[in-house]
Amino acid sequence: MTDIMDPPRAGGSRTKPSRRSLRAKSADGRGGGMVTGAATWPVRIVLTFACVVWLMPIAGLLINSFRTRDSQFNSGWWSVFGNPLDATQWTLNNYDRVLSSADANGANMGEAFINSLVVTVPATVIPILIAAFAAYAFTFMTWRGRNVIFVVIVGLLVVPNQVALVPLLKLYGQLGINQTFLAVWLTHLGFGMPLAVYIFRGYMSGLPGEIIESAKIDGASHFTTFWRLIVPMSVPALASFAIFQFLWVWNDLLVALLFLGRGENTVLTVALQGLQGQTGQGRELIPAAGFVTIIVPVLVFLSLQRFFIRGMTTGAVKG
Amino acid sequence: MVIKLASAVLAILGGISGAMLLFWILNKLVESLGHRWEDRIKPWAFAGPAILAIGVYLIYPAVVTVQLSFANATSTTYVGLANYKDLLTSSDFLGVLLNNLLWILIVPAGTIVLGLGVAVLADRLRPRGERVTKTAIFLPMAISMVGAATIWRTIYEYQPEGETQTGLLNAVQGLFHAGPTFWYSIETLHLNSLLLMVILIWTQAGYSMVLLSSAIKATPEETIEAARIDGANERRIFFRIIVPQIKGTIITVFITVLIGVMKVFDIVYVTTNGAFNTDVIGRRFYNELFTNGNAGYAATIVVLLMLAITPVLIVQVRHFKAEEAGR
Repeated sequence: MTDIMDPPRAGGSRTKPSRRSLRAKSADGRGGGMVTGAATWPVRIVLTFACVVWLMPIAGLLINSFRTRDSQFNSGWWSVFGNPLDATQWTLNNYDRVLSSADANGANMGEAFINSLVVTVPATVIPILIAAFAAYAFTFMTWRGRNVIFVVIVGLLVVPNQVALVPLLKLYGQLGINQTFLAVWLTHLGFGMPLAVYIFRGYMSGLPGEIIESAKIDGASHFTTFWRLIVPMSVPALASFAIFQFLWVWNDLLVALLFLGRGENTVLTVALQGLQGQTGQGRELIPAAGFVTIIVPVLVFLSLQRFFIRGMTTGAVKG
Repeated sequence: MVIKLASAVLAILGGISGAMLLFWILNKLVESLGHRWEDRIKPWAFAGPAILAIGVYLIYPAVVTVQLSFANATSTTYVGLANYKDLLTSSDFLGVLLNNLLWILIVPAGTIVLGLGVAVLADRLRPRGERVTKTAIFLPMAISMVGAATIWRTIYEYQPEGETQTGLLNAVQGLFHAGPTFWYSIETLHLNSLLLMVILIWTQAGYSMVLLSSAIKATPEETIEAARIDGANERRIFFRIIVPQIKGTIITVFITVLIGVMKVFDIVYVTTNGAFNTDVIGRRFYNELFTNGNAGYAATIVVLLMLAITPVLIVQVRHFKAEEAGR
């Protein structure tokens, strides 16, 4: 997680426009400076092929999720392109069964969906405030130990969360909070903290120092400066972290498996993993269950993509 | 269900207002101390809760994990280095380490090559084409490993001979009258592990593409023009002019993907669960901790993982310090 975010300082990534033009060249490497869009047909074909290959598995899953058990097992998902109008192969029944709590093979994805939301939203929102206060202290206050502690936090960015799991499992057992949402919220709060503090501090240290200075001269306390100035100005960084953390928590399998397990509080990833072993009845439900699991992060990602990419790139380009 | 949703709403409201209240109280307390103390203690009031969370959730458990690695399966007595000896002399575990090494060698490199290739080529499209291409390649990044493994069933799935093959690879094989293959079981040349790596590369290539693409766009035009005037061809310009200038970003991407690869767990757990010689340390750790209930082995595996990551950690800290110095 090096450099995922930094403040949008000069020369960031938003240098998209036309100065690119000179480098856009024909693929054979001859031809002089042409305008953007000068891709030759081989380049277009290669890229189209790459996109098709990349999206094909997802399309396969989506197609199968709407097909009846018989058609799923008697022909590959690609065969629908031969007879897309044959209505007998299509069904919404898979989704019906996957989401309902009554179907024995359906893994009750409806409830798991709620559980995923219940786990993810608090685990995304709560760390933000705590990390923002810390980042403020690391950026705008001078104190002993500041640099040492921050270097430790930077180091922790690469430390795998697995180091914490054995003791946490024992600790939660003693506290009696294993298999509860509280355990998962707290775990994600702790695991997300180094990245959050790192991202926010990187952003805050790029904010114009004069504004903070003048606030100080006007007699504003740190508390007021934080609320009135820094938080509103840091919204892009806060939002970027929120997206990262949301995707990370929603998609997490290990923490959910260890601390929530497969009981009534089970989340989508764990429920979907549990379905994979189905060979007989219920196997036809796997694609629909898969789609239910991925749809929220995909929508979040598609709608906030620009934000997400900007967050990722502005810092790292400096290299 | 209503109770759960209520508890989530309560957690959000309680968590946020609780945190706000905490900081407000801490702030008031510190302010009441008078100016001299205020300046000294206030940073700790602001940073304290985060530092506490990091201490409780990462630093303290890491220390305990090291301690547990010297204890037996149930953590009741110390056994010295026995866990390390057991694991590092078991050919089974060494095979797991070898698998991890393969993942480390292949996945980050594959991710960078693919991401770089798409970044360079898409750069030549019109803006709209570039945007669509990038979205397509980037999209899998939003998908969980469990979801990705499910999605790749459409490609890798296997049915016994005689039944209709519903996985694309086996269907294509069938066209050439070759028998269906249970891909996840093919250990020759670690083919099965390679197929699992493909899934991870599929999810990560977009990340590398996005970072490398903006690095390429940020390389100064003049350097390329100068090389072109000197008569360098495109290939030479790419390897001699562009690649050196984006080296920093390549390293960033490499480190990020490398860390993800070293602790890979989900993909293997969901697909083969470690069978057919595809096991990796992330899954073995889970297995020792949860299935075998051997906290000693589990802790030892994590300590070994930590040791392996230490060089990356040093690079990361150095990189950060160099960057700070440049501020």
